[in-house]
Amino acid sequence: MADQAIATRNVPLAGRRGGSPAAILTPADPASRIALRAGAEAVSALSAALGVTLPVRPKTSASTGRRHALWLGPDEWLVIDEDNADLMAAAASSGVVHSAVDVSHRNTAVIVSGPGAEVAINSGCPQDLSLAIFPVGACSRTIFGKAEIVLFRTAEDTFRVECWRSFSPFVFGLLSEGAEDAAY
Amino acid sequence: MLLIYCPYCEEERSELEFRNGGDAHIARPTNMAEISDEEFEAYFFLRDNPKGVIFERWRHVHGCGRFFNAARDTISDRFLTTYKAGEPKPDLNEKPKTGAEVETYEALEGAAQ
Repeated sequence: MADQAIATRNVPLAGRRGGSPAAILTPADPASRIALRAGAEAVSALSAALGVTLPVRPKTSASTGRRHALWLGPDEWLVIDEDNADLMAAAASSGVVHSAVDVSHRNTAVIVSGPGAEVAINSGCPQDLSLAIFPVGACSRTIFGKAEIVLFRTAEDTFRVECWRSFSPFVFGLLSEGAEDAAY
Repeated sequence: MLLIYCPYCEEERSELEFRNGGDAHIARPTNMAEISDEEFEAYFFLRDNPKGVIFERWRHVHGCGRFFNAARDTISDRFLTTYKAGEPKPDLNEKPKTGAEVETYEALEGAAQ
């Protein structure tokens, strides 16, 4: 009998390195993520169930440890848990009406860090990333070249760039070009 | 690059994040099964295409994802105001609430010599 083929899941961007001294690019470790939609009346119960307060102001986020809730729209959040916790079960335990979709493997992320991180991202993103307009903790769904990304500023010189895994080679490549330009 | 004020994100964003959604304030007939073909054509296909101010739907597709309405001048491509979906047409004679005043060269330096 033929050997059973065993499928292994490839991590997108595995082993990639890039950037420049001004902006270092690091593929983020796998994380669990949910795309969460819910009405205003469900926010407090979901916040309690997830252990992180869902932000209700535009472009803001909230974090508890390594779990982050990012405001994407008036009733829409991206929740990321860097410890791969079961976010679907946590959301389901809230007992209120909501929609949660597990997008852990749809998305991947690139960490852009260094003094030139803003410049590297602005090579393909039209948003104003100065600290006054896009402070630490700010997040936004936006566009990077031809790909949609979710941008999350985790420190003054560090951004988490979330993109769909099929766009990740493009995003990583364009970020590398921007990072090299940022070094000059 | 145009900057468009998103009433949901409460911020001006680049036009790259937006998509046009056609004319705004088109009311769908409630008696769809009873109207004539001509009436359906007028509702579904016929648009004014004005030269001047037009009320349009726009979608912040690469942002919050929401539809909103905008008043735009089709000659200058200038956005006069934007407002949330479902809100009535605003009075365009009032001062628009779209962000800070744009700093023009003339305002800062005086008229060009």
